[in-house]
Amino acid sequence: MATIKLKKGYDLRLKGAIQDHDIANATVSRLYAIVPDDFTGIVPRMDKKVGETVKAGEPLYHDKNFESIKVVAPVSGTVKDVMRGERRKIEQIVIQPDGNNDCVHHDLSRPAKEVLAESGLWAMLRQRPYDVVPNPDIRPRDIFVTAFDSAPLAPKLDLVMGNAQQYLAKAVQVLSTLTDGKVYIGCHDGDTLSVPGAEVVHFSGPHPAGNVGIQIANVKPVNKGETVWTLDIVTMARIGELFTTGMVSHDTVVALTGECVETPRYVKATMGCSIASLLGDAPRDNERIISGNVLTGNKVGINDYLRAPYRHITVIPEVNKPDEFMGWASLSPKRFSLYRDFTSWLTGNKRAVSMDARIKGGERAIVRLDEYDNMLPMDIYGEFLIKAIIAFDIDKMEQLGIYEIAPEDFALAEFACTSKLELQRIVRNGLERMRAEMA
Amino acid sequence: MKALRNYMDKVKPHFMPGGRLAKLQSVYDGMETFLFTPNSTSQSGVHIHDGNDLKRTMITVVVALLPALFFGMYNIGYQHFLAIGQPEASCWTMFFYGLLAMLPCIVVSYVVGLGIEFIGAQIHHKEIQEGFLVTGILIPLIVPINTPLWMVAVATAFSVIFAKEVFGGTGMNIFNVALITRAFLFFAYPSRMSGDAAFVKTDAICGLGEGQVVDGFTGATPLGQMATHVGDTLNINNVVGEPIGTCDAFMGLIAGSPGETSMVAILIGAAILLITGIASWRVMASVFVGGLAMASLAHAFPSPTYAASMLDPLAQLCYGGFAFAAVFMATDPVTGARTRIGQYIYGFLIGVFAILIRVYNGGYPEGAMLAVLLMNAFAPLIDHCVVSFNIKRRARRVTAK
Repeated sequence: MATIKLKKGYDLRLKGAIQDHDIANATVSRLYAIVPDDFTGIVPRMDKKVGETVKAGEPLYHDKNFESIKVVAPVSGTVKDVMRGERRKIEQIVIQPDGNNDCVHHDLSRPAKEVLAESGLWAMLRQRPYDVVPNPDIRPRDIFVTAFDSAPLAPKLDLVMGNAQQYLAKAVQVLSTLTDGKVYIGCHDGDTLSVPGAEVVHFSGPHPAGNVGIQIANVKPVNKGETVWTLDIVTMARIGELFTTGMVSHDTVVALTGECVETPRYVKATMGCSIASLLGDAPRDNERIISGNVLTGNKVGINDYLRAPYRHITVIPEVNKPDEFMGWASLSPKRFSLYRDFTSWLTGNKRAVSMDARIKGGERAIVRLDEYDNMLPMDIYGEFLIKAIIAFDIDKMEQLGIYEIAPEDFALAEFACTSKLELQRIVRNGLERMRAEMA
Repeated sequence: MKALRNYMDKVKPHFMPGGRLAKLQSVYDGMETFLFTPNSTSQSGVHIHDGNDLKRTMITVVVALLPALFFGMYNIGYQHFLAIGQPEASCWTMFFYGLLAMLPCIVVSYVVGLGIEFIGAQIHHKEIQEGFLVTGILIPLIVPINTPLWMVAVATAFSVIFAKEVFGGTGMNIFNVALITRAFLFFAYPSRMSGDAAFVKTDAICGLGEGQVVDGFTGATPLGQMATHVGDTLNINNVVGEPIGTCDAFMGLIAGSPGETSMVAILIGAAILLITGIASWRVMASVFVGGLAMASLAHAFPSPTYAASMLDPLAQLCYGGFAFAAVFMATDPVTGARTRIGQYIYGFLIGVFAILIRVYNGGYPEGAMLAVLLMNAFAPLIDHCVVSFNIKRRARRVTAK
């Protein structure tokens, strides 16, 4: 298939990119944890109590609605703690590793769907509409796999995948049995990936070209009443490995990036490891640790744990210019902006920039034109859709394409928004309310 | 800056709930965010934000208006000294006279408008929004210089309350606030808004510019002269009865509202708005295209009944408030069409209607204001139609399976 050229979007160049692609080993993590919030759509019901022992790959909890869907422990050990928040919502399940690395072997003679659900890999899939863990009762129209991450400072997924690449063909074989349509793999222009049985589509253009939602929209958009599954190529390789060896690998490669990381690098680690094992124990004052990229990641502390998709850490300054005097009047080309009313565009915006976590303005009504549409390479009127979501006009949301989007697709628009609206939160709320309404 | 920061921190408790000046909390917040970029960091969603915000956007528009403002001041002085028969007065004297003439109007516009915004923000416990920064400078630029200040105050209050605050404030209004001010004045006090006495200031200010107007003085604007014109050949004169042409109109040394006369100053502003990307080039260009199309059509069928139809199409664009409306009023993103295709339609129709009203409606010598307000009302409909194509395309995808 020909290359699909995407023009809209922007490649943000931040300081702290990885220069050297060697992969070192992370220090051993003393504790591991799974965060249920990472698996949107699953209502957790615990299978293990505090103090019980688990093997790597053994279920920690299952979904209340679809009991077959499990979320598993990444390491063997004992359940040390189940931390709960308001209304007893489970926030973290902490595991004390025993170092034996006992692993669950799956019986591959069972139907593929059951094996996937039991192995915990099902929970790593997502479905459109709603961007949640797929409903096992619905057979997807197609399955879309993204083979690259285009977000700022994102790791190269072939490095994260490592030698698991050999399992891709097997994964395509398994996934093809779960859909009546095709398995599409979205590659970056120039990548030479060829997997038998899959339809490889190449994309060129800036972020968010690597977002699977953007790829779907430009290949075969999701219509009302249709469901597709989405995943990244690393998860796909894990699925292949599962159906070849009977075991799931919970090893991963994590990119440590951002201007506050002394030497940005790749390290080998295990899912759910502690942030301290990756970055060191030293307290990081006035720095923001993000598990994930700067657009869609989660804010974590040094005592927290690596969050899904378990491959990226970014550390940026929290506030690098406290009490900046009349920042709105700045003429400095160092104040980065996509817009030409600041002067950074005069320098070509070529150099890597330093950005902190400040919002740099108050929340306002939408005023400037085309802000969202310029950042959203889909056939969707982003601004009108956002307004429909805020008004919770179900008909309008459907008509304008809510089934095609995920919060991450609006992340770049949220960065660019002069009115500083929390677009990802708005989209997530809209999707959740829509899902409740349609159930 | 440190001292200022410390001072702001010191007085802050007084403005917080329970403090002596708690009623001024939003004013304090407005001041603080004006002086210092807030240190607040993102708590949900993206972790980094673009450096731009609405303050910068609005200030950039104000900067784009400055050439028109300064030229307008100079031109008020120029017209005054021309009218009193002292055209040899120095450039600075003229400018200073114009400055003194305009300053009260600028002050009244800002004090009334911002005052209402501050009160509104305090009542709703919201941040003060920046929209009026631009409106406040637009108003003095589009009202005739001889408008009494109380009229400016009443009109500003009316439009800020009924055209903006009742709709939810900045970014929510349906009609352009500055134009509502102008329209309010135009319909409430018509005798003061047009004719001979409105556009040229003839009195001395603080002893500056003393003198008697010369014989044959007429304060009518070129478009005003056209509206009352009889005969087959079109003659347009300046305030002392000398003929003027398109070149004078392009430079701007003609009678009119302060901001609207000079095409040169307006084009500088247009360049700023287009380079910074704040205004939509689609709207701006299509207003001119629409105006040119309608003016050409009118010029193809010249008629002494409608004197303005005898005007050359390009000259048509240079006279009156057409260019100012195209650059600064039509491009208001809040009240205009927001879809790209919609912007072309919206702009084109503004251009057409502006010239249509100007040429064929003797009651209104200038049609730009009414054209923009009319299209403001239609902008949501235009967007609705454009978006519905997207909706239909999506619906077809389902049925096409």
